[in-house]
Amino acid sequence: MTTTPSSAAGEPVVDSALAADHGLTGEEFGGLCDLLGRSPTWTELGIASALYSEHCSYKSSKIHLRRFPTRSRRVVHGPGENAGVVDIGHGWVAAFKMESHNHPSFIEPYQGAATGVGGILRDVFTMGARPIACLDSLRFGEIDGERGARMRHLVDGVVRGIGDYGNCVGIPTVGGETGFHPSYNGNILVNAFALGVCREDRIFTATASGAGNPILYAGSRTGRDGIHGATMASEAFDAESEAKRPTVQVGDPFTEKVLLEASLEAMRSGVVLGVQDMGAAGLTSSCFEMAARGGAGVDIDLDLVPLREASLTPYEIMLSESQERMVFVTQRGQEEAVVEILSRWGLEASKIGRVTDSGRARLTFRGRTVADMPVEPLVDGAPVYDRPAAPPADLRERQRAVDCEAPEDPLRALRSLLGTPELGDKTWIHRQYDSTVRSNTIVGPGSDAAVLRLKGTPSALALTSDVNPSYCWLEPRMGGRQAVAEAVRNLATVGAEPVGMTNCLNFGSPENPGIAWQLRECIEGMAEACRAFDVPVISGNVSLYNETEGEAVHPTPTVAIVGVIDRLRDLGTEGDLRLVLECGFWRPGDRVVLLGSDSGEYGGSAYQRLLQRVEAGRPPLVDLEAEAALCALLRYSRRGGWLSGCHDLADGGLLVALAECAMARGIGLRGAVGCGPLALFSESQARAIVTVPAARTEELLAAAETSGVPASEIGDVGGDRLVLDFDGGTVDSATDDLRRVWTEALPRAVG
Amino acid sequence: MKCGIVVFPGSNCDHDVYHVLSHVLEQETTFLWHQETSLEGCELVVLPGGFSYGDYLRAGSMAAHSPIMAAVRRHAEAGGRVLGICNGFQMLLETGLLPGAMRRNRDLRFLSVDVHLRVERDDLTWCSSYRRGDVLRMPIAHAEGNYVDTGEALDELERRGQVVFRYVDAAGRREPAANLNGSERAIAGVCNAGGNVLGLMPHPERCAEEMLGNRDGLGLLAGAVAGGGRVGALAAAGG
Repeated sequence: MTTTPSSAAGEPVVDSALAADHGLTGEEFGGLCDLLGRSPTWTELGIASALYSEHCSYKSSKIHLRRFPTRSRRVVHGPGENAGVVDIGHGWVAAFKMESHNHPSFIEPYQGAATGVGGILRDVFTMGARPIACLDSLRFGEIDGERGARMRHLVDGVVRGIGDYGNCVGIPTVGGETGFHPSYNGNILVNAFALGVCREDRIFTATASGAGNPILYAGSRTGRDGIHGATMASEAFDAESEAKRPTVQVGDPFTEKVLLEASLEAMRSGVVLGVQDMGAAGLTSSCFEMAARGGAGVDIDLDLVPLREASLTPYEIMLSESQERMVFVTQRGQEEAVVEILSRWGLEASKIGRVTDSGRARLTFRGRTVADMPVEPLVDGAPVYDRPAAPPADLRERQRAVDCEAPEDPLRALRSLLGTPELGDKTWIHRQYDSTVRSNTIVGPGSDAAVLRLKGTPSALALTSDVNPSYCWLEPRMGGRQAVAEAVRNLATVGAEPVGMTNCLNFGSPENPGIAWQLRECIEGMAEACRAFDVPVISGNVSLYNETEGEAVHPTPTVAIVGVIDRLRDLGTEGDLRLVLECGFWRPGDRVVLLGSDSGEYGGSAYQRLLQRVEAGRPPLVDLEAEAALCALLRYSRRGGWLSGCHDLADGGLLVALAECAMARGIGLRGAVGCGPLALFSESQARAIVTVPAARTEELLAAAETSGVPASEIGDVGGDRLVLDFDGGTVDSATDDLRRVWTEALPRAVG
Repeated sequence: MKCGIVVFPGSNCDHDVYHVLSHVLEQETTFLWHQETSLEGCELVVLPGGFSYGDYLRAGSMAAHSPIMAAVRRHAEAGGRVLGICNGFQMLLETGLLPGAMRRNRDLRFLSVDVHLRVERDDLTWCSSYRRGDVLRMPIAHAEGNYVDTGEALDELERRGQVVFRYVDAAGRREPAANLNGSERAIAGVCNAGGNVLGLMPHPERCAEEMLGNRDGLGLLAGAVAGGGRVGALAAAGG
């Protein structure tokens, strides 16, 4: 059936004004008409607008993303697949990715966050990998007082949404981060990460190939939910955004769980050639992207798509973002085997079309051709913009150094910091997430990095996510570097070698040159660090237009890195592993050693932001060589089995880090440092606290010297108080008392 | 001992129990599909944790009506061993193989945390690795683990010694703060009158290996496969 596609009676006439309503510029619309050799039909316009949306096309970020290194000897699949894949040894590979669900979560927090988890899990299992862990990086606005009422509702909804979805599917949430800052008052960030593992010869890709092979649709029926979700995610919010609630998808974790099991079983059957989930832009992006990867075309009969209500139009069918749906391409004549597996799991499956060698996507509906479009030019030839970029006008103002006053009473300052939702204990959140299902979790949420054993191997995987938005706002390039450096350092605290990175780049509108500059600079900083640490970027996601009425979020390039611990037994005896790897003092008598040096850096620090109520100056310098030396030393010491504990210095600086170690199990410290009270809160990078059995101290100090890492003994683990002499006084507090302030902070704030 | 783990759509702790029974305890272990009607000769049947059928009506309620449950019931009534963990415990309550019911947790939130349990019976095969009064640490991960029954039924349960595990603090004391989900009489696990059917909310399979930092749960699964034979109780429950 090759008739020129036409709009049906009752469908709008497509012109440049209608195209503009769909977010296409005049130039994009002109290009589309040239490509088709005619005006697009209504359905074709919907398809093109989704494929050209920022969310699907990366048109404003592509040019910058090319800066990332994407190869290493371990990379199996880099960016471009549903998830990146790296070799983790012993015949296993890991597939992982992070993705944002910011816009929907702000409009409908429970469903928005839940479907964010659902989408990222599907990205992982469509690669043939069984998901084994999730992380969530969340950013909220102010939650205090009357103004924070809406935000408290968002926190509650997001946390419940993530929990109810991940808990039901049975994937542990083992870490992540939660931050609060007024720049997120109008746009929260929900970044979900998932990690899966797979035998190296069992990896699948989302490719449609082999003319004549059938295309199967599986999972939930298609409804009207989420239509144009990708387009919504590519726009800023305004007063009308509440009206977009219907564009938020509704998730069903039970269907996801059976879809996961059925898909993995189908992929093991040997007759599946390619798999793709229907995520952003639904059937549109899955069909077009699968065909583009295979250099193929597709013929789809939209009458065969299972619908929730019969009245859906072709336009709606192609753009629905109903959740828990997949597309399989199988070998010709073998589709029944897949249908049988799916139906055993109670899932509907139907053949909706076939692969062709036409290079075109041809869609028919009720005997009429409704779209006939070339695949490759629409997917890979989507517009790419080099948006004008220039430092924001107020950058000098931001970066002007301000004096930081020393605290009169460092203990009071410490208690104030520990009592903020930002630095307070996050257990209130973590305990709503199942963190131990699948029985691999050695270290769960709340430490520098989560650690999961890899059953059947001597190895473990470590994972962490990081970013400091204040640093990125003050100096994007340094902030980008720092996010990667901190993640690599967190992995090094548990002795893990980084093997791959994913990221979620959350920014305001790239059409604002100041934002475009932040994006470019953050990416450049991240790329510099990736090269320095030899960490390839294997997947990622860009979320732009996170702004409301011109107020953009702080630049937030969330980084998640996965690391490998080759032999867990090197790090400690089996019975001690958790104690040795979790953050926190545990064995009285251990020596406490501070690694790295301080330069008194307070720009964007927790002390400056939360206590002095300023956010100004330059963020801490990230010396990539010093970071690499520290991380190498930590990994070396871990492999040697010397360390009984390790915690990196991050938000809040030295005193907060020591307090965190002491609060973990209520076991304190008696120590002394040679700095003044203010330096206790400096956030100079490339630093960590380690504990070693007293007899191993000399070895550690010698290794530090060889590595060129400054090291100083600061005291001994023991007692139930944190006692630290500094130049000019002493901090002395019962660990229980600190712990109370720290654990009460978040529950009190969320009410 | 041949062990069978029932897989319902939505089960998500099936692999974890399999791992401990098969790889740690080296028992012959198989999965049993919910639509089957035979237990394939398994002596121990485990109903694992998860969200069977999505738990849409009430946790465990739809699983209770699945084809395999008729076989599980016959097995239990004949004195065979049945262990329900978390969602599996909820199913046993829904089938009536164990008394009581579950409400949502006291604070209406999902709870994923390590709790302490006191062993109340050591005359059951299940608990043959423990002594009465032992305090175990185990993870819980549920939204509906708030055990409830009528006062009379609870008295009867206590009188017959069917309370096998209770939530306590680290020192073994019954404290309201240690009973996080709000269960009546801090009940974490109960058995039937014959002692051959046991249900509990905590997850012993997640704390059965040294490497995970806690082996307190191994004893329970070791007890589950100890001794052989059909009878789960070492001695009849005391009055």
